[in-house]
Amino acid sequence: MPLIKNNGLHRKLEGWPLVFTLLTTLAVLVGGIVEFLPLVLVEGNIPKIESVKPLTPLELTGRDIYIREGCTTCHSQMIRPFRDEIERYGDYSKPGESIYDHPFLWGSKRTGPDLARVGGKYPHLWHVRHMEDPRSTSPNSIMPPYPWLLEKELDLSDVSRKLTVLRQLGVPYTDDDIARAEDVARNQARTLADEIVEQGGPAALETKEIVALVAYLQRLGTDLKAAPLAHSEQSTTTPESGTTP
Amino acid sequence: MHPACEHLAELPFPLLFTDELMETKETIEIPSATRTDRHTPPGSPQVEVFAYDDQITRMFVLATVLWGFIGMTVGALIALQLPFWQANLGEYFSFGRLRPLHTNAVIFAFAGNAIFAAVYYSTQRLCKARMFSDRMSRIHFWGWQAIILSAAITLPLGFTTSKEYAELEWPIDVAIAVVWIIFAVNFFGTLARRRERHMYVALWFYIATIITIAVLHVGNSLALPVSMLKSYSIYAGVQDALIQWWYGHNAVAFFLTTPFLGLMYYFMPKAAERPVFSYRLSIIHFWSLTFIYIWAGPHHLQYTAVPEWAATLGMIFSVMLWMPSWGGMINGLFTLRGTWHKLRDDVVLKMFAVGITFYGMATFEGPMLSVKSVNALGHYTDWIIGHVHAGALGWNGFMSFGMIYWLLPRLWHTELWSKKLANAHFWIGTIGMLLYVLAMYSSGITQGLMWRAFDEAGRLMYPDFMETVLRIKPMYWVRLIGGSMYLFGVVLLMFNMYKTIRSAPKHLPDPTVAAPARVEVRPHAAPALA
Repeated sequence: MPLIKNNGLHRKLEGWPLVFTLLTTLAVLVGGIVEFLPLVLVEGNIPKIESVKPLTPLELTGRDIYIREGCTTCHSQMIRPFRDEIERYGDYSKPGESIYDHPFLWGSKRTGPDLARVGGKYPHLWHVRHMEDPRSTSPNSIMPPYPWLLEKELDLSDVSRKLTVLRQLGVPYTDDDIARAEDVARNQARTLADEIVEQGGPAALETKEIVALVAYLQRLGTDLKAAPLAHSEQSTTTPESGTTP
Repeated sequence: MHPACEHLAELPFPLLFTDELMETKETIEIPSATRTDRHTPPGSPQVEVFAYDDQITRMFVLATVLWGFIGMTVGALIALQLPFWQANLGEYFSFGRLRPLHTNAVIFAFAGNAIFAAVYYSTQRLCKARMFSDRMSRIHFWGWQAIILSAAITLPLGFTTSKEYAELEWPIDVAIAVVWIIFAVNFFGTLARRRERHMYVALWFYIATIITIAVLHVGNSLALPVSMLKSYSIYAGVQDALIQWWYGHNAVAFFLTTPFLGLMYYFMPKAAERPVFSYRLSIIHFWSLTFIYIWAGPHHLQYTAVPEWAATLGMIFSVMLWMPSWGGMINGLFTLRGTWHKLRDDVVLKMFAVGITFYGMATFEGPMLSVKSVNALGHYTDWIIGHVHAGALGWNGFMSFGMIYWLLPRLWHTELWSKKLANAHFWIGTIGMLLYVLAMYSSGITQGLMWRAFDEAGRLMYPDFMETVLRIKPMYWVRLIGGSMYLFGVVLLMFNMYKTIRSAPKHLPDPTVAAPARVEVRPHAAPALA
């Protein structure tokens, strides 16, 4: 081949760094463009699910705690369509379920079990105890304890800002959602903390980070179970949708 | 030895290809500084005298070893945390926060600094030119160390985007982009000022690295800030997953593969004092690797909610990738043909040979794992951790160590303090990583099989997840032992390096060389950069 023989065309190319660099750039761009553009341009690739709603402000705060603690390093949120996974974790994950997830939290490793449908699986108190000392609810667990979640004050000061930013990215929060975000979050926290007390748990958790994380965990995977009709009339940030799956 | 190669042993610059030597009848022009004689015939290009900047390479070599030690120590700690949860030392040092610190430190700090050491040392020599700007080289060095330091502070504090290998928050991402651009300008500026007409294959791989990492980093890190240290990815769900693994997989490709192939193409023939096996193979595998790698990203998302066609495309291209990858392995290993006996005594060649072998193993295993039926078993398990570490410890680690052992006497103008100690590093490291990888294969396949096992009544055989964890716990201890051995090898390197540098002369002058100025034979064909 004249292209690659000694003193062939390629040899000339080796003398032209600019052309070489441009060709390399072209070579690496093609694959990414072909695989990514259809996802943005063709809507059918990610079918929408009517009952999937954005997280409430408290759940969103909990999600950010989930991100901060690196839960994703050991827990996936992506159930594959295999019989054993559906048996173990519930229905397989749909593309439409994570359309509001900035960033996605599917994970890549299951050192612990998948959490895509953990919402409603355990009482709130179970999660509180589990975070404080994983071995109190799951003997032999290798999970690290997170006692500080029960002590640290819940910071909701930037939650409206978070909703605003997410709305700019296409998450359908309303002006009202954004304006009332902090109040709605406090209400949901209070309700959830009361339920923890009812279940025999410690009091005064409504101002602690743990309520936000529990709210988020209890929401996971529950949107599919919600009847589409019952939800269509509700505000996108109804706190109850998170606490009573 | 082939007759055509006999004169090579004396060549100061044996970076050539065997197939070239065999086919070319006429004498090959050896690009060499020593070729310039004092009796320059009239009309010949003018001889220029200049010096290489070796100080910058010394700095990057020191940083490589230091960060390697830190990153791997964090690795050993998180390896301990898995079977022994009490090793989670409170809020800032629990597994979830330290795991990203480990990955960032070993990829961007250890491997990153090793890459830069290789690029700064070899680019100057391949271009017969000093780096374009000494100041840019320093900004690159200190900027990169500052980025690593900020990662080491922010990650334990919990500031993370959660996107794997791209966890750093947006201000640090901006800094990475700026430093990378400075590196790029410095590199391409050096290419523009080169005194060699043709770019050697190592430089092709450096070009692919610099361009692609810039594209990947910017593409994946796009986010809207909420505050100084919090942002949300502009992509969501399926799109974010695809962008993330387009980035994640190609960080492996263009940060952990192509620059190390460049490193191999320069330092392997230097250490072996042999020409590279094949020029043609280097062209074919460079372009196919560069083109195909990018497509393979979705294989990280088999059976997830990404569209079927994207996952299938990722699988097909991953399988295709096997051949270009092995092209690099063949070109590297076959450079040793006829000189295998040198492996007995030369620790540098030994490390390169094992490094390239692990590259071959990992690049066979990768395509295999991308096949859907295999992926169904391996995904989410320790098998993937084992696979990654075969590449990271074997290929990236050993190629870096080999390069460092080769560079130490040359950069510090003295003998390596102890060859025996270097040899001990080689053996401890090799046994350590074999233990590591085998433990992870065993634990990954065991757990994968247990997850999917059904009993005769059609119920899950191990419905309690904990059962599968308890079964693989012993393997976590074996992994810790293997990893600690590998880390101990790095300690031996550090000690050897310390002793070597202690015996180095106080003054380390930049090597001065003379080379003919580059003259374009056909100036009209030369594009702007030339």
